[in-house]
Amino acid sequence: MRGRLWHLALYIFVLGFILNLLGIVTHVTMSAFAKRWFGTPLPPQFTTDWFVYAWNNFDLDRVLTVTVTVALAVVALALAIAYPAAYILARRNFRGKALLLLLYFLPLVIPQMTYGISLATTLYGWPIGGTIVAVILANLVPMVPLAIFVLIPFFEQVSPNLEWGAQTLGASRAQIFRRILLPLTIPGLLTAGVLILVNTVSNFELTFLVSGSGSQTLVVALFYNVFAGGVRPVYSVDAMALMYMTTVLVLLLIALRFVRPTQMVFRLDRA
Amino acid sequence: MSSQLGSLRFRITKRFGAKTVLDDFALTVRGRQFVTLLGPSGCGKSTALNIVAGLIPASDGELWIDDERMDHLPTEKRGFGMVFQNYALFPHMTVYGNVAFGLELQRRPAAEIRDRVQRMLQLVQLPGYEERYPSQLSGGQQQRVAIARALVMHPRLLLLDEPLSNLDAKLRIEMRAEIKRIHARLGLTCIYVTHDQTEALSLSDWVVVMRDGVVMQAGPPQEIYDRPDNVFVADFMGFRNFFPGEVTSAGADGQAEVASGPLRIRGRPRRTLASGEAATAAIRPEDVQVGGEAAAPNRFDGKVEIVEYLGRDNEAVLTLASGTSLWVRTPAHLSPGETVPIAFPPDKVILLAGAAEPRPT
Amino acid sequence: MRGLRRGEPRELDLMAVACLAPSVLYVVLMFVYPFLRGIYLSLRPGKEPVGLSLANYVAFFSDEWQYGTIWITFSLAVPTTIVVVATALFLAYGMRRGIRMERTITTILVLPVSLGVILLSIGIQGFYGTRGWFNQLLVGSGLISEPLRLTNNHTGVMLSLFMQQFPFCFLMLLGYISGIDPTLEKSARTLGAGSWTVFRRVMFPLIAPGLAIAFALVFVMSFAVFPSAILLGQPAGSTRTIAIAAYHQAFEHYDMSYASAIAVIMGLCQLAGLVLIVLVRQRMVLAPTMGVGKR
Repeated sequence: MRGRLWHLALYIFVLGFILNLLGIVTHVTMSAFAKRWFGTPLPPQFTTDWFVYAWNNFDLDRVLTVTVTVALAVVALALAIAYPAAYILARRNFRGKALLLLLYFLPLVIPQMTYGISLATTLYGWPIGGTIVAVILANLVPMVPLAIFVLIPFFEQVSPNLEWGAQTLGASRAQIFRRILLPLTIPGLLTAGVLILVNTVSNFELTFLVSGSGSQTLVVALFYNVFAGGVRPVYSVDAMALMYMTTVLVLLLIALRFVRPTQMVFRLDRA
Repeated sequence: MSSQLGSLRFRITKRFGAKTVLDDFALTVRGRQFVTLLGPSGCGKSTALNIVAGLIPASDGELWIDDERMDHLPTEKRGFGMVFQNYALFPHMTVYGNVAFGLELQRRPAAEIRDRVQRMLQLVQLPGYEERYPSQLSGGQQQRVAIARALVMHPRLLLLDEPLSNLDAKLRIEMRAEIKRIHARLGLTCIYVTHDQTEALSLSDWVVVMRDGVVMQAGPPQEIYDRPDNVFVADFMGFRNFFPGEVTSAGADGQAEVASGPLRIRGRPRRTLASGEAATAAIRPEDVQVGGEAAAPNRFDGKVEIVEYLGRDNEAVLTLASGTSLWVRTPAHLSPGETVPIAFPPDKVILLAGAAEPRPT
Repeated sequence: MRGLRRGEPRELDLMAVACLAPSVLYVVLMFVYPFLRGIYLSLRPGKEPVGLSLANYVAFFSDEWQYGTIWITFSLAVPTTIVVVATALFLAYGMRRGIRMERTITTILVLPVSLGVILLSIGIQGFYGTRGWFNQLLVGSGLISEPLRLTNNHTGVMLSLFMQQFPFCFLMLLGYISGIDPTLEKSARTLGAGSWTVFRRVMFPLIAPGLAIAFALVFVMSFAVFPSAILLGQPAGSTRTIAIAAYHQAFEHYDMSYASAIAVIMGLCQLAGLVLIVLVRQRMVLAPTMGVGKR
C-alpha cells in the first residue's frame, strides 16, 4: 500500500516536471511566433517576422558559423588529444595514475565560473584573447577530460589479447591501431564526440568569459540579447531562443541514438 | 525455545504478466517438519518461498497458519525467519549488530538481547565473533551468522532459500550437517529451497519436486529416490537411462515387461500397468551390472564408446544393439571399442507410465 | 619499437608517455597554470603591483557590497541543495526497484540540462512571469487573486537552479541506491522491520556516502550560479552572487587582480562547504552503530 502512494507521488512529480518543461518551451515558441502578446492566454496574432528580424539584426549568420566552427573544432581536437591518453589509462597501471585521474577530474568537478575568470584573464593576456581560437581552447579544458573518461571504458572492452594476437601475426603498431583499435573503438568515439558536441554548443560560462564580440556562440549571443534589455523586442529574442532550441533538440535526438540519457547528465552541469 | 507451529497450509498461484509461475501450488507443512522444494531454476520454488515470507504478493490463493489466515499480513508481522543465498548480512553492522537487530526492534531489554545473541552464536559455533564485520568473515561463517540472526528471533517457521549454493563443495557438506544438527536440536519447522538433490535427500522429512510451477511428486526422500512417479522426477533423481515403449506383459509378482524397440525390459511398475499401455523403463547408471554372469532377463550386449575415469568408478557410454545409448557407472575396467555383456537387475528397473518426454537439458 | 608485454611494469615507456603527454600538458597549461596564476594575480593588486599583498581581500571584506555576496550566494545555494537532494532522495528511493517507462522518464529529466541554462531561464521568465501562463492559470481559475512573484527574484533563480541540478542529482542517487543489495531489505523485513525502520537503520546508512557526494556536488555547482542570477534575479540587488561580483570586477572594472581574488574567495567558500559536509558525514557514521545492547 505504501508503495502505491510512493509511485503515485513519483508519477505526479514527473508529470509536473513534464508540464513545467512543456509550458516553458511552448511559451517561448508561442512568443517567437507572436506579433504581440500581453497577458492573454494566447497571442492575438501570429507572425514569422521576428525570425527575419532576429536574423537581420542579431548577426546570426556569423554567430552560427562561429558556433559550428567551435563545436567541430572542439570535438576533433578533444578526441585527438584524449584518444591516446584514454588508451594508456585503460591498459596500464602506474605510479601516480590515481593522481593523474584526479587531475583530469578537476576541470569537470570545479565549476566553470570558479576557474573561468582566471582562464579568461590568462587568455586575454595572449594575442589570441577574445578570438574564436580562445573559445576553442577554453572549451577544450573540460572537454578533454570528459572525452578521456568516456573513452576509457570503451578501451577496457577491447581485450588486450586482440592486440597481442595481432602482434604474433606480425602487425606493427600503426597497423594494430588502424585495423584493430580504431574500428573497435568507433562506438566510443561516437559517444564521446556526441557528448562533446552537445556540451560545447550549450556551454555558457566559459565561452561567455573568453569570447569577444566576433566570437560568440549561439548561447552567448542569446544571453547578450536578453540582457541587452528593452533594446531588443522580447519576441525577437524568443525567436532566436527557438532557433537555438531547435538546434539543440536536433543534436539531442541524434545524440540519444548513441548515448544513454544518463550519460548526458554526468558531465557536470552548470547553474 | 521456538514457538511451535501446528501446521502451515497454503495454496498459491502467481502470475508475472502473461506467464504463470505457480499454478495452484498447494502444500501442508506440519510442525517440526523439514520440507524441501526441489527443482531446476525457474520452477517457481524461490517464488513460492518469497510468497510464504510475504515478500511477494500472490496473484491468487491463501495461506493459513494454525487455522489463522495470514496472507494479508506484511512480512514484518509474520514472524518467519529467513536465510538467503547471499547471506544478506548488513555490511555496516558487526556480527553482534546483525544478530541483535531483530531483537532490538522488539525493544527487548539489553541484558536479554546480549544473552540470547551469545547463546545463538554458541549454537552456530561462532563464539567470540561479536565484534567482527561481515567483510571479515568467510562464506561459511557469514552463512552461520545469517542463520543465527534468523534463529535468535525464535521464529515459528524457518525459510531457507538455497542457502548453500554460494559455498564451495567441502563447505557445503559441513554446513548441511550443521543445518541438520540445528534442526534436530531445536525441532524447528523448516521450508528449504534447493536444486541440489543431495541436500534435499539428506535434510528433509518431505520432498516436493517442482517443475514450471507444478508439483511433479511429493513424498519422503526414500520414496522420491527409489520410486519416482514420472520421467522428470526420475531424471532429477539420477535415472539417466530411459527406454520408452509399450507394456507387453503386466506380470504377476509385481513385475512387468516393456518393449522398447528390439529390447525387452523387465522391471517394477510404479503402479499397475495394462498390457499395451505406453510406458518407459528406466535404470540408474550405477545399477547396471557390467560383465560377469548375466542372467536373463534384461541381458544385453553393449559396445563401449567412451570411458571416463572418475577415481572410484568409471563412467562409460555404451551403445546397445538397438542403437540406444546407455550410461553406465561401474568399478569394472572398460576399454573403448570392446563389447561387454550387461544386465539390468529387474528390481532396479522402474517402469513409469506414459511416454518419455524430451530430456530436460 | 617496443611492443606490449604481459604484466606491465609500474613505469611508463616512451610510447605511453607520448600518448599521455598532450592531454597532461593541456590540462596543466590551460587549467592548472591559469588557476595558479589567478591566485598569484589576486595577491598583486593595483596598477603597479609591488610584491605580494592581501589588499584585494581586505578591500573585499571591508565593502559590504562585496562581502554581502557571500551571504546572498549561500542563501541561494544551501536551500536549493537541500531541496534538490531531498526531492531526489525521496524519488530515487521510491524508484529503487525499477519502474515502468524508466528510460522515458530519464530522457525527460535530462532535457533541461541539455537545453541549457539560458534557454531555460528565458522560458521560466516567460512562463512563470507575472503575465505568464502559470499565473494566468492560477488567477484565472480563482485560486489566487494576485499573481505570484516568481521571477526577477530569489525564487526565480532557485527555480532555475532546481531544474538544472535535479536531473543530475536524481540520476546519481538512483544509480547509487539501485546498487545496494536488495536482499538486505528483504532480510530486515523478515526480522520485523517496517518500511521506515528499514530506511532508517539499513538503507540510509548505506546510502549516506552517495548522499554526501550528491550534496557536495550540488552545493558546489549551485554556489557558482551566474546566468540564472542575472536573467531571473536582481543582479544588482537581492541576487547579486559572488560570481557576478567577480565578473563585474573583471569585465566592467577591468580589475583582473581584484576579480581573481573574488574567484579565490568563491573557491574557498565552496571548499568550506565541502569540509562541512565531510564533517557532518563523519558524525553521522558514528551515530547509527550505537545501538541498544551493544557492549
